[in-house]
This record gives sequence, C-alpha cells and structure tokens, in this order.
Amino acid sequence: MMKAIMKFIYQFASPKHFYRISGKLIPWFGWIAALLIIVGSIDGLFFAPVDYQQGDSYRIIFIHVPAAWMSMFIYMVMASAGAIGLIWKIKLADVVASSSAPIGAAFTFLALVTGSIWGKPMWGAWWVWDARLTSELILLFLYLGFMALESAIEDPRAASRACAILAIVGVINIPIIHYSVEWWNTLHQGATITKLDKPSIHISMLIPLLLMALGFKLYYASVVLIRARNKVLYAEQNNGWVKEIVKQS
Amino acid sequence: MAELFQMGKYGAYVWSSYGIALVVMGYVAIKPLFDKKAIFKELTMKYRREEKS
Repeated sequence: MMKAIMKFIYQFASPKHFYRISGKLIPWFGWIAALLIIVGSIDGLFFAPVDYQQGDSYRIIFIHVPAAWMSMFIYMVMASAGAIGLIWKIKLADVVASSSAPIGAAFTFLALVTGSIWGKPMWGAWWVWDARLTSELILLFLYLGFMALESAIEDPRAASRACAILAIVGVINIPIIHYSVEWWNTLHQGATITKLDKPSIHISMLIPLLLMALGFKLYYASVVLIRARNKVLYAEQNNGWVKEIVKQS
Repeated sequence: MAELFQMGKYGAYVWSSYGIALVVMGYVAIKPLFDKKAIFKELTMKYRREEKS
C-alpha cells in the first residue's frame, strides 16, 4: 500500500509524466476559469444589488477580494513548494514555486491597486498606512524579492534553495495580513467571510464573489502549469522525451 | 444602458479596476504561451545543429 502511494507521488515528481498530465489538465482549468470569471463579472457588475452605503462602487469587491485571497493562497503554495524542494530535493517543487511567483505578484498588485481605487471615493484617500494595506504591500515586496533573488543567483539549485528560504521566512506575513483587522485599529473593514461565523454578506453578493474566487483559482492552476511545463521542457532539453515532443510539433 | 456604464457616479473607479484586472491577468496568461513558442523554436534549431555535427 505504502509502495503504491510512493509510486504515485514519484510519478508526479517525474518531469516527463508531469509534462504529459499537465498538458491534459490545462485546457480544462483554463476554459472553466474563463467561464467562471465571465459569469461572475457579469453577475457582480450588472445583477448584484446596489449597496445602500457605497452604491455601485462596491462592485470593485468582485476583483479586489478574490485577488487578495489569491495573493495569500499562491504565497502559501509557493512557500510549501519551496519547502518540499528544500527538504526532499524534488526539482519539480522548485519549478512550481518559481512559476507561481509572478502570478502571485500580479494578484497582490491587483489587490493593492483595486483597493486603492476603491479607497479614493470611499475613504477619501488613495493610500493609508493601515495594518492590512501595509502588510499586503510587504507581501508584494516578498514576491518581487523572490523573483529578484532567483535571477541574481546563477546556479539554479542554489537559487531555488535561497528563494525557498526567503519564501518560508516570509510566511509569517500571511497570518499578519489575515488578523491585522482584528489585532490593530484599522481603517480596512473586518472579516465578513473568512471567519468561523456565518458570512455576514448577502447571498446575492456572495455568489458572484465565490464565482470569481473559484475562477481565479482555476486561472492560477492553468497558468502555473503552463509556466511550469515551459521550465521543465527547457531544463530537460537533453533528454530523449523532450526531443521527441519538439520533433513532433 | 448609459446608467449601467456610469455605475452611479463611480463609473471611472469601477471600470478602471476591471480594466486593469483584465490587462494584468491577460498579460500573465498569454506571455507563457509566447514563451512556449520561443522555446520550441530554440530547441528545434539546437537539435538540428546537433544532428549535423
């Protein structure tokens, strides 16, 4: 039984198998993501009711919150993959971490920018140094630091090791972002969904939000696989299976 | 139709947010597809050179 489980896991670690399996998954993840994002956006922009306090400006939430959730989720994936690569020396784990970083950075940037655009009419300010905004900005710096460190170190294995350590050390920022609205006196509003209670948001607004959240997740899954496949193909270029694939195209 | 695009008086804020999201997510998704073409091109040339020698 244990042997079968380990065989299953090692199959995933094999670049050749990963390339084949991911090729089948990408179209599914990609097209379903596109569908969910389109439906979620249309619902959020045109069908969800107007907010009694914020009017139509609150519709930014359907980009802002899923982007923020993704910024944190991808970071945890990146740090976990880095840890796996560090501990078990599985190259594919390092590839997943490296492939995730730019996507995570993009979502963090989106969360910050849409939050800023939303803040201007609502709070009267493009930016405040409140705990949540500041810790999310630090998250962006961590992503950019990861990417800069990777390109600064020539030996790929040393680069992966250094980046994995950076990612793992930065994990402390994630609970800080999440609990910042509880621990400190913040301008940013408190949790309405990611808490142990029932969500305090109305269902007609919750549905497009969850559609976008799921859509963004599948979007990440498809894009990280496309990026990882590229890196795997390039890294394994001297192997026979890669030559076969390139010749057949 | 016009009121839909005006979003109360918040049209500029809402549409710029969605617009920026579309551009950023679009770029992040499409760039690796171009990279893949470049890799196949480079490797094809490399294998051809190796076969000659």
